[in-house]
Formats: sequence, structure tokens, C-alpha cells
Amino acid sequence: MTEEDRLGPAGDAVYEALMKAHQGLSAEHSHALNARLVLLLSNEVGDATRLRELFAAARDMGFATDRREI
Amino acid sequence: MTDRYPPYPYTPPPGLGAPEPRHPVVIVGAGPVGLSIAIDLAQQGIRCVVLDDGDTVSVGSRAICWAKRTLEIFDRLGVGETMLAKGVTWQVGRLFHGEKQVWEFDLLPETGHKYPAFINLQQYHVERMLLERAHAFPDLIDLRFRNRVTDHAERGDHVELIIETPDGDYTLEADWYLACDGARSATRSRMALPFEGQSFEERFLIVDVEMPQSPFAVADRPERWFWFAPPFHEGQSALLHKQPDDIYRIDLQLGPDADPEVEATEERVLPRIRAIVGDTPFRLDWMSVYRFRCAMLDNFVHGRVIFVGDSAHVVSPFGARGGNGGIQDVDNLGWKLALVLKGEASSALLDSYDDERRHGARENILHSGRATNFMTPKSEMEALLRHEVLRLAETQPFARRLINSGRLSQPCSLDGRPLQTRGEAPIAPGSAMPDAPVVGKNGCRWLIEALQGRFVLLGVGGAVLPEVPGLESVIVGPRGSGAEVEDTEGLVEQRYGRGAYLLRPDGHVCAFFDTPQVEEVKEALARAKGGFL
Ligand SMILES: Cc1cc2nc3c(=O)[nH]c(=O)nc-3n(C[C@H](O)[C@H](O)[C@H](O)COP(=O)(O)OP(=O)(O)OC[C@H]3O[C@@H](n4cnc5c(N)ncnc54)[C@H](O)[C@@H]3O)c2cc1C
Repeated sequence: MTEEDRLGPAGDAVYEALMKAHQGLSAEHSHALNARLVLLLSNEVGDATRLRELFAAARDMGFATDRREI
Repeated sequence: MTDRYPPYPYTPPPGLGAPEPRHPVVIVGAGPVGLSIAIDLAQQGIRCVVLDDGDTVSVGSRAICWAKRTLEIFDRLGVGETMLAKGVTWQVGRLFHGEKQVWEFDLLPETGHKYPAFINLQQYHVERMLLERAHAFPDLIDLRFRNRVTDHAERGDHVELIIETPDGDYTLEADWYLACDGARSATRSRMALPFEGQSFEERFLIVDVEMPQSPFAVADRPERWFWFAPPFHEGQSALLHKQPDDIYRIDLQLGPDADPEVEATEERVLPRIRAIVGDTPFRLDWMSVYRFRCAMLDNFVHGRVIFVGDSAHVVSPFGARGGNGGIQDVDNLGWKLALVLKGEASSALLDSYDDERRHGARENILHSGRATNFMTPKSEMEALLRHEVLRLAETQPFARRLINSGRLSQPCSLDGRPLQTRGEAPIAPGSAMPDAPVVGKNGCRWLIEALQGRFVLLGVGGAVLPEVPGLESVIVGPRGSGAEVEDTEGLVEQRYGRGAYLLRPDGHVCAFFDTPQVEEVKEALARAKGGFL
């Protein structure tokens, strides 16, 4: 998994675009959209080793029970 | 039509009257695996006794898909052509999600192979054909029906068996005991061997119907239909494909809570079939409800007891790897056991059967486990991801490849295993030999016919082969070259490149040489016979 910031100055715009993609969707549809995105992005990345690292890294970050910022 | 379940007569075995001389090999179980190993050994001049508790072939609908590699092995055993002639060769596969067809694909592989990617042929036909072939060796294969093995014990240099017959019990002694007694192997239980893996909760209904009128657009172009979430069968999956004799196999996923007693009844089954085939008249031929598991032994060789086929490993049927995997076990074990019995190899060679075939079984379990998991999502997220894969598949080629309704059995690669000499080659050491059309002076028409069944040094593309004592060499030359085997369409050279291949009797490449020298070929041959284990 890369430690490098690859989005750079486009970060804000990309984040906004992701929010827009979910805008107005029910939680159920947002879920479906995320699932679809993970599949599409997996194909974009294409490299099985990197994908496995990403899946593991995402999982290993754990899940906060305390989400005060929400 | 031939009798589907021909009776195999019981004759009182000699051992009931007086002790029999020790047998080199006793095979327990006359399923596809036990019969195939008996034929393989007989072809190498090895005698065996085959014991089976039944008196006919496998009853009902079990294995139907036989893969190309298996057919190539059956070819070597003298039954491949009979099976191909009787079997159904599929051509078109269709995948549906709900009402929609997601994908249609051509199942015919590249041309220039004697056998197609796979055929459908009922297990009872396969076993009958194997039995007919076994009868061609009356002096070598001693088939004994209604002979049930009830106990066995290893006695140092042999194994002792207790066998029950309608006329009472008797005892046999064997140098080698081949446990081909199937998924519920009593041999395995007696030895208290762990048989671990994954069990699936899901139940599946397996139905065979006889339907003279084809449901396919072009009647003589057999198709395979697979549905995820079929409109006629709430939320589950379904599969329809054709077998010989106008018999169609329909598999319906029932969910984990289905009651097999209730589901395997005409009242429940008939409406389900009508929902699939509509008004087409049909007759119910067989139905049963299954639950599947994937499991294997930690070790296939235990002293003088060798596990082969389902007794050693079981898989869920998605991808048709059970019987096909078992036939690859046979292919791997047959020549090794024959060499050991003839004193041409040490029994250490049998450890390579254990190593190579456990590797094969792990691969089969991995693939059929993945298919079963895809078909039976375990959580909401798994179900959602699968749903999205199916939707994306309508437009995205990558998503089509993620749809897993079973990955068909492929020949197992033995690359990197100790019998192979490492090296780079167009066909890497460890691979099963690819076929190609040829014309041989001995009348053979395919490369597999020319080469399988013994160690051979194969020269392609003008490679000069050294004389190696005790090793047969075969030169494949271009059309019109007058070579022993002519490469009529140039496909041998296209597939194998230029050089020399050392092939094992089971058709796996064990070494490759650009310009072979006697000493290195000898060394590779010794390695392949277990000389360096
Ligand atoms: C629904 C279903 C679909 C399948 N589809 C496929 C498919 O499409 N392709 C595929 O390759 N595989 C398929 N399989 C798997 C295939 O049927 C098995 O892998 C295959 O039968 C294994 O052969 P075997 O000879 O090892 O064991 P078996 O066929 O089980 O034979 C074992 C034999 O040993 C005998 N026996 C057992 N105990 C004793 C004893 N104590 N004494 C004497 N004899 C004994 C039995 O009577 C039997 O004849 C399917 C299985 C099922 C259930």
C-alpha cells in the first residue's frame, strides 16, 4: 500500500465528487454504490498483491466504537 | 439401450475354501477410481483383486462432467473414445441473473485436441465402460462383487483384510491395499484418520429428468444454463445441463433450512421442474438432496495403505473436481506403484504420490470452496457484493470473470515438486502435456496417443536426441519429413517450441533440455523415478 499522497491538490475535489456520488441516496443504495465502487476500483488497481494489502490494511485499522466527531 | 445398472454376478471367492496366495495389490472399491487404477496397473502387467460391496454400477445421478485431462487419461486406459462417443459435448453456456441473460459464452476450446474441454456422461455409464474394459484383462483383474471389507490390519510386509461375502467371511493378504472406498471410506474411519475441512450448510436438490424434446434453441446444440436468483426459484441458484439419452440434470439450491425428506418428493419437485421447462413433457428420472463439504486427509499414504479418490479428498461438486481429481490420482499413482512392484523404484517414490496429489487436492478444494462460497453468500455484504458483480457483468468483462458457478477442473501443475527437474520451457516442467494432431508411423493420430503410458524423451523442432539406455525417444518432425511422428498441422512445434522434453508415463513434463546431453537426461530420469528423494 502506498504511503504517498497520490491525490495531492486534487484531494478536495475528489472527496467532493465522492460525496456527490452518494448525494440523495438511501443508506441501502449508498451501500450498493460503495460495493460497486470497490469492485470497479479493484479492477482499476488490477494488482492482486496490492489489493490484498489494501483489504488487510483497511481491516487492520480496526473499528472505532467511539465516533464522537459524528 | 444398454442396461443402465447391469448386474455383476457374485461368485464365491477361492479364499472361502483355502487361504489364497498373497496378492500384490488389493483394491477396495469398484467406483470410477478403483476401476481405473485396476486397468492402469493391468496395462503395466500388474495383477490385482478388486473388492466391492455392491453388485452393479453407481446408482442414481452423481458425477456427470468429465474434463479434458480426465478424458486424456481415460484415452490411455483404453476407454476415452467410447466415452467421447456416448457423452454430450457442451457448446454454449448461458448465465442468467433473474430474468436477464448476463452472458453467453462458447465452450469449445481451441482446436487441435483429441478431446473437448469436457463432456457430460452419467457416472453409471462411465463405470460400466470401465468395467467392460476391466473385463479385457481376465488374468490380471480379479473383480469380486458383494465382497465387503470389514476389517484390515497392517502386518509389516503386508496388509491383512477380512472380507464378508454372502457365503461368509474370508481373509486376504496384500502387499498394497488401495483404499478406493469413497467419501465415507470405512478404511479411513477404522484407522481413525482426521478428515478435516469446510462443510456447507446449504442444501441442493439434484434432479434428472428425461425430456425427449430439447429446451435449447438448436436441438442438437447442447447448452448449459446457470441462473443466479432465477425467476422460478426464489432467491437461489439453478443449473440445467444435458446428459446422454435425453436426460437433463437440474440442480436447485434450496437454502440451509430445507428438509430433504420433504423436498425430494414429487409434489415439491414437479412444479419446480415445470417452472423451468414449461410445457415440455418430461419424466422424473432421479432426485436427491445433498449437502456438500470439502475435506482431505493429512496424508494419502499410510505405510502399505494408500488412499485414492474420494476416500482421500472430497469437494463440493461445483467445478466437477471430485471424480476428475480422483482420476488424476490414478494417473499419478499407477506408474509409480508399478515401478515399485517391479523393483525398479524404491517405495519412497510413493511419497511423491502423496505430495503431488495432496497439492492437487488442495487446489481442487480451493476452487470448489470459492465457487460454493460465491453461490452461498454468508452475510448481507457478501450478498450485496455478489449482486453488484452480477449487475456489472452485464457491461464489464472483468466482472464476468468474477462470477463463479464452478471453475472446471484443470490439469494440476506439478511445477517445483521434487520429481521434476527445474527449467524454463514453453511447456514448463510439471505441466500436463498439451495435445496436438499428428500422424505416427504406428497409426496414431494424436500426440497423447503417441507419448502417454511410459517415460519418453520427445524431440521437437529438429532437436537431436542422445541414446539413453532404457529410455524410448520419439522425434516429431514436420509433415513430409518421414519422422516417426509427423506434425501435420505444425501445432506440436507451435505448442512445444524447439527442444527435448522428458515426459512421465502420466504425460507430465518432468524436464526440458535445449540440447540434451546423455548425463543430464539420465539424471532427470533418475530424479523422476524418485532416485533423489
Ligand atoms: C451430486 C454429485 C455430483 C457430482 N458431480 C461430479 C461431476 O460432475 N464430476 C466429477 O468429476 N465428480 C462429480 N461428483 C463426485 C464423484 O461422484 C466422486 O468424486 C466419485 O464417485 C469418486 O469416485 P471413487 O471411486 O473415489 O468413490 P465412489 O464412487 O464412492 O466408489 C467407492 C466404491 O467403494 C465401494 N465400497 C465402499 N466401502 C466398501 C467396503 N467396505 N468394501 C467394499 N467396497 C466398498 C462402494 O460401494 C463404491 O462402489 C459428484 C458427486 C455428487 C454427489
